Amino acid sequence: MINRTAVVASKTGLHARPAALFAQAAAKSPVPVTISVDGKAPVAAGSLLQVMTLGVKQGDEVILYTEEGNEDTLDQLVKLLETDLDA
Amino acid sequence: MTHEVHGVAAAPGVALGPVKWLAAAPVTSASDAPGSDADAEISRAEAAFETVAARYSAQALDAEGPAADILFMTSALAADPALLDQVRAGIRAGGPTAHSVTEAVAHFADQLTALGGMMAERASDLRDVGQRVVAELLGQDPPGIPDSAAPFVLAAQDLAPADTATLDPAIVVGLLTVAGGPTSHTAILAKALGIPAVVACPGAGEIAENTVVVIDGTGGVVEIEPEAGRREEVLAVRARQADAPTGPGRTADGYAVPLLANVGSVGDAQLAVELGAEGVGLFRTEFLFLGRQSAPTVAEQTEQYADIFRVLGERPITVRTLDAGSDKPLPFLNLPDEENPALGVRGLRLSSVDEGTLLDQLTAIEAARAATGASVSVMAPMVGTVEEAKYFATRARAAGVRSPGVMVEIPAAAIRSEHLGAEVDFFSIGTNDLSQYLFGADRMSATLAALHNPWQPALAATIAMVVAGAKTHGVKVGVCGESASNPEFACVLVGLGVETLSMAPRSLAGVRARLTEVTLEQCRAAAEAVLSARTADDAVDVAGAALGRKK
Repeated sequence: MINRTAVVASKTGLHARPAALFAQAAAKSPVPVTISVDGKAPVAAGSLLQVMTLGVKQGDEVILYTEEGNEDTLDQLVKLLETDLDA
Repeated sequence: MTHEVHGVAAAPGVALGPVKWLAAAPVTSASDAPGSDADAEISRAEAAFETVAARYSAQALDAEGPAADILFMTSALAADPALLDQVRAGIRAGGPTAHSVTEAVAHFADQLTALGGMMAERASDLRDVGQRVVAELLGQDPPGIPDSAAPFVLAAQDLAPADTATLDPAIVVGLLTVAGGPTSHTAILAKALGIPAVVACPGAGEIAENTVVVIDGTGGVVEIEPEAGRREEVLAVRARQADAPTGPGRTADGYAVPLLANVGSVGDAQLAVELGAEGVGLFRTEFLFLGRQSAPTVAEQTEQYADIFRVLGERPITVRTLDAGSDKPLPFLNLPDEENPALGVRGLRLSSVDEGTLLDQLTAIEAARAATGASVSVMAPMVGTVEEAKYFATRARAAGVRSPGVMVEIPAAAIRSEHLGAEVDFFSIGTNDLSQYLFGADRMSATLAALHNPWQPALAATIAMVVAGAKTHGVKVGVCGESASNPEFACVLVGLGVETLSMAPRSLAGVRARLTEVTLEQCRAAAEAVLSARTADDAVDVAGAALGRKK
């Protein structure tokens, strides 16, 4: 397993449009990706519902996990999280 | 044969059209028969989710702004893998297909609700997804507003704000609900859209789909199968309203009654100007604060106020400071939960726990006034005592506000208006909250709707008391509650001595037109008659007689 940390940039956190854009991107990735915040158990990053129920706010640090050899996938998702998707 | 059913008048005007009922949400049960082949049922459920997701995506492409974002997100909810997994598991465990959808949706919706705030709002979007998928599985019409190109009267047990917000007044010409109250959000939105509405009308439940009715949103009456003559009359009234005069409010004998608008956004302000508002009697500032995790900065507030002031040009604007608190919670205020938020820390009372919010707001309003040269007054909500009035006026004047005023919406303020008047320049009576506190009746309660009828003589008596107290110090009195938008009651308010009337922009035309038909003397006679009336029904009749109401 590999992981990457990202600081969420969207104003509304992972809610509404930003969460939907992130979950869609994660669902399309070639391997399953999970996401966790505050040391809570990771959930499927491709599920908008599960992502929203994490209650992630702007400025929160989240960790993404996936299988080794998929660094590019995580890098792209981190980039998405660190963009203000509400803007 | 023509007959009538009665409800509560919620948005003025008359409308004619066939009734179409809001399609009810489909119901599923754990005891429904499960499908025989789990794999086939799973494919059927997946297809239903895909269909619903595709419909939301198509709607999102047609929509703009926040609505497009919500629809985009809702389409993603309808394609959510975790939700679908839960549905598949339910079906594999032998559950009925549609009910497995209901249960999976409830599972996630409950989690969202528990998170509160914006997430809780998403729970209703998710439930909407679930209802649409279930309807698709059961082969029923999707719940919601019926699809029709021809105008109709929308009937429902009750309407959610989300249903009402998307109504097209050209198609939905009238609203009729079995439940609901006259100060519910539905009623307020109906007024804003200019759609006549009757609510809390139990008799409406018996009206069959496509029955032609006349909705009288001023009198609270629904006429079923009206005769041809009456139909023509209603169409004529609607044609007359469409080209009602603009220009300043005047009685038939030329007494000036400035007609002002209640606004909360740049869009409202533009509409108000378009519809001939002579100014803004109530500028609600809550939009800047609600749904935020931190308070807006002074700079941000200044910019937003200035945007609205510019639209109004030289017209006078009365800004109301933040009307929120435990009834409309703001996360950044950290207020304790209260048993009775309507009786809790709200409006000006917020200053006792957080004075900074008020001071920042006053600074921003004054900065926006200076930047735009607008004519601005500022008032505070929920003022009950002389100390509170004095506190607000002192802070407002220190910030540079020239004309501070207070809302009169608590009976104590009305009773002591003479003393409050020594501290401020004007009163604005908020008749919705005033009724709520006068009768001790929650304004959201459908059961208590009759107590929120503006024709209750106790309300007129309280307004008369405010006017009498205000005279001592030459304090101006306006009404910015929903009651001012009722064309007949507006005349009564003028007769009681209220100087300005402020209402939803789309209500201006009806009130303006009615005023031109009556004299000041008739208005005074109507006010006297209402003050002497024993019941709200009597008040409607005697005021109508004094105003020479045309039947």
